[in-house]
Amino acid sequence: MLKIERLQRQGLQTIDLEVPSGTCIAIRGQSGAGKSLLLRAIADLDPNTGNVTLDGKDRNSFAPHQWRRSVCYVPAESGWWLDDVQDHFEFPDIAAGYLVRLGFPDDALTWRVDRLSTGERQRMALLRAMIQGPKVLLLDEPTSALDPEATAKVESLIHEKVESGATIIMVTHDKNQAARMSSERYVIEKGGLSLEEAA
Amino acid sequence: MAEYIALSYWDIAIAASLLCLNAGLSIYYKLGTEKRLFIAATRMVVQLTLVGLVLKALFATMSPWLTLLVGLLMIGFAGREAISRQERSFDGIWGYGLSAGSMLLAAGTVTIFALGTQFHAEPWYDPRYAIPILGMILGNTMTGISLALDRLLAEADTGRMKIEARLALGHTFREAMQVPIKNAMRAGLIPTVNAMAAAGLVSLPGMMTGQILAGVEPVQAVKYQLLVMFLIAGGTALGVFATTMLAMHRLSDTRQRLRLDRLNVSNH
Repeated sequence: MLKIERLQRQGLQTIDLEVPSGTCIAIRGQSGAGKSLLLRAIADLDPNTGNVTLDGKDRNSFAPHQWRRSVCYVPAESGWWLDDVQDHFEFPDIAAGYLVRLGFPDDALTWRVDRLSTGERQRMALLRAMIQGPKVLLLDEPTSALDPEATAKVESLIHEKVESGATIIMVTHDKNQAARMSSERYVIEKGGLSLEEAA
Repeated sequence: MAEYIALSYWDIAIAASLLCLNAGLSIYYKLGTEKRLFIAATRMVVQLTLVGLVLKALFATMSPWLTLLVGLLMIGFAGREAISRQERSFDGIWGYGLSAGSMLLAAGTVTIFALGTQFHAEPWYDPRYAIPILGMILGNTMTGISLALDRLLAEADTGRMKIEARLALGHTFREAMQVPIKNAMRAGLIPTVNAMAAAGLVSLPGMMTGQILAGVEPVQAVKYQLLVMFLIAGGTALGVFATTMLAMHRLSDTRQRLRLDRLNVSNH
């Protein structure tokens, strides 16, 4: 259970949110409404105040890097700091087992990063985060650069994670995706978060 | 000391005429550098002339407090020069404090070390030794600090995605900054390493040249040059290390976030 109480940061109104383990919620909103700001604040990548707890443990009782390992933010545009794809993976062997499911050939981990297309980077970044086994995944438009086929592959992997008990907060533009993936749907507007009314 | 050829002001004026030739070329080819050349050359003449007078007076007084004051002033100026042409700097007191503080630590430590161990000056703070040594170390440390800081802040700023990708994956701030730190330290030490590696083969170092021209026996001049080079290298390494570590500290906070909001970015 991820519990957020009175979260405040620049660009957002006060946010309260609870997400039980093994569920996925979706957040929609226009560009600039504050979706990424919220995810970054939860991961503690930007200054913010408020109580955030994971399974009853306060965020500040974690070392910063331990918190981000447990509550992992995956931005829409990923960063790569070395030349080869596999050097960015903590467990390349485990990652290799997922390559085909995500539509990659077997040797994709040995590629150089600059060979990856935007969509390939997005999938690799998701995989990179996922195999570290975080309890919470904060996914910022995880399929924004993907075609329908690749999107389906990513969605099935996310589903699997949720079923194995992970908590997922997913930011998306796509109303249908939100409906497919999430048990609760929120809208963020001018920095304020609210439950989406049933259409 | 052997006799040396005293220079007249006329000799110096002839040397300066080379610069006029440069300025003429710059005007002819519209390079636009003549004004900068002229200002820099004028600054040099005025600054050095004044310094000559100050040193003459200072050496005469032998006052420890005046020596300290002059030393601190030099460090203060060096601190300002090190960040004055930077594209990025920390805001508030940290911008200036970082470079001046590193300079004070590095050049101060090495100068006092040299005065206490190699020079055996009597008294130990004798300005005739303290001020030139400090100046020589400062000049080089300043370049090193300036290059290291420039590199670190540039890589942190332009490499934000890379650094934050690592932070988001649960790496510590130091791990996430590993590549920028390495590059910054290397950048800061390159001039010193080059100077040591090329010394004697490519160029005769300035201080040694000066001593030989002033009539000192070459082997003695070499010994002095070696000593000074080691002091410079030590001071620069210390300064570069201190700056990089302090800048790292300021780029982050207690929750190990990347705090680029603490930087001012300007375009020169």
